[in-house]
Amino acid sequence: MIKRSKIQTAIVYSSAILLGLVLLCPVLWLFIMSVSSTKDLTTLPLSWIPADISFNNYISLIGDFDSTSAESFLYALRNSLIVAISATVLSLSVAIPAAYSLSRLPGKRRSSLLFIAIATFMMPPVALVLPLYSAMASLGLLNTHIALIAVYCGVLVPFTTWLLKSNFDAIPIDLDEAPLIDGANRLQIIWYITLPIAKPALGAAALMAVLMAWDEFFYALLFTNDIRAKTLPVAIADFAAGRVADYGLISAAGILATIPPVSMAYFLQKSLVSGLMSGSVKG
Amino acid sequence: MVRFTKATTAWLLLTPMMTIIIGVVGYPLIKTVYYSFTAAHLASPATTDRWVGFKNYIKALGNSKFLDSIENTAYFVSVSVSAEIIIGVLVALLLNQAFKGRTLLRALLILPLALPTVVNAMMWRLIYGPDFGALNALLTQVGLLAEYQSWLGDPDLALWMVAIADIWKNFPLVALITLAALQTISKDLIEAATLDGANTWQRFWTVVFPAIVAPVSVALVLRTIEAFKVFDIIYVMTRGGPANSTKTVSFHVYQEAFAYMRIGSGASYALIVVLISALLIATYLWLIKKQGNTT
Repeated sequence: MIKRSKIQTAIVYSSAILLGLVLLCPVLWLFIMSVSSTKDLTTLPLSWIPADISFNNYISLIGDFDSTSAESFLYALRNSLIVAISATVLSLSVAIPAAYSLSRLPGKRRSSLLFIAIATFMMPPVALVLPLYSAMASLGLLNTHIALIAVYCGVLVPFTTWLLKSNFDAIPIDLDEAPLIDGANRLQIIWYITLPIAKPALGAAALMAVLMAWDEFFYALLFTNDIRAKTLPVAIADFAAGRVADYGLISAAGILATIPPVSMAYFLQKSLVSGLMSGSVKG
Repeated sequence: MVRFTKATTAWLLLTPMMTIIIGVVGYPLIKTVYYSFTAAHLASPATTDRWVGFKNYIKALGNSKFLDSIENTAYFVSVSVSAEIIIGVLVALLLNQAFKGRTLLRALLILPLALPTVVNAMMWRLIYGPDFGALNALLTQVGLLAEYQSWLGDPDLALWMVAIADIWKNFPLVALITLAALQTISKDLIEAATLDGANTWQRFWTVVFPAIVAPVSVALVLRTIEAFKVFDIIYVMTRGGPANSTKTVSFHVYQEAFAYMRIGSGASYALIVVLISALLIATYLWLIKKQGNTT
């Protein structure tokens, strides 16, 4: 074992404390703002601990159904949930057979599809947004969930296909042989053999997909215009751009929008890390 | 029962994916190329047929505002990505040491990553606030700053401040990727190097560096591709201001197409952006292909 000198230990611990503060303080301050009164936040010099703590901002966002801020926030929450979950489920059901095919039934022309898929989800959205906008407009789909779900699938399908393909590659191909001889078809093999083994990878792919859909802003900003379809990022950008700068209310909306993705990410920490890894280490 | 050949089965299983890629990506991309040669206007559908040849491209490449936005983007990308890589690698080296609270710190790295981008932008905008912001309060209270600054209102500072918000959110990604690579280095190798008389610096260059260089370069390209697309954080924090100092290419295309409704020229801007992205993406694919062959 390599022993550290006292100075090295001191450096390690002081950098660790610094890192902890850097990671935690901005979010902690966001939380403090969310429970402070506007008066406390607009007094100089700024006091770091508010004189009175109240959860009124949270109540006016999710408790008081008559307020306009609650209306826009709760609808946005609903829209975000519908869009993120539908896009994820749809993408996975398309990506699973595709990933299986690329992993188990390789072919020269098909393998270039994988690279097309990777290039696809990295494409800047500005390259696609204009035709997509006019197409959605002529189909009458602007300001609907369907428009966002369809567009998000364009990113999530290639992304999850790629993620799952590299994970399916790690499952021994022999497992498919016996049922094939017994007359099972490929869909049955995917359902009964591959998916049960690939559960952790499936979890990672689903988590990444939900986080990406939850976070998306560009298309959501352009394709939605009222509470029927606006998602949380758009609603929060609206709050932040509002004429009345209600710092506490904006912060509370931010904290509430953060709770679902952060708790999911913590709960599935291992999946998240493995999802990020396979995206960066393997092709 | 019908039995398909292997190749037919393979293509059948790929069909839904290909349909979606063609429908939501392939077709729009071709349509964007078409638009870029027309004088299409958002408000009047008839204009999509008005062919103008290369006029949009010639105008785009001579438009100083567009060229400025490319410069701003390049500036933003180089500042934030290089800081993310340096801080990320340093943090990974730290978290690879044994100390109390390491697990907690590792878990905390997830916080900026999972925080929605728009919330991150809004949070930093409040922190930078010119009248009641926490940054001004902190710096004046510890005596580093004489009077309150308008961090996002100063054209010389704004892009840096936006970059800091981006760095805070994304250095944990680099740290996690590097940490995973560090943990694959066997303890024996490090001990052997130590017994051979290698000091910390030599150990880093001979043992640690070769193990992390491939994943870190992949992270570098990945972050560059992402940072190049930057839009949401700009939209929420500055809307491209002050004096266009934070206007990036994505924001420029957005304004051209949706504020001025000039789809034709917007499309030509977008395709110039795609061309630059394509070079970055090709680099990325080349890197992972190379890595896939060696591991």
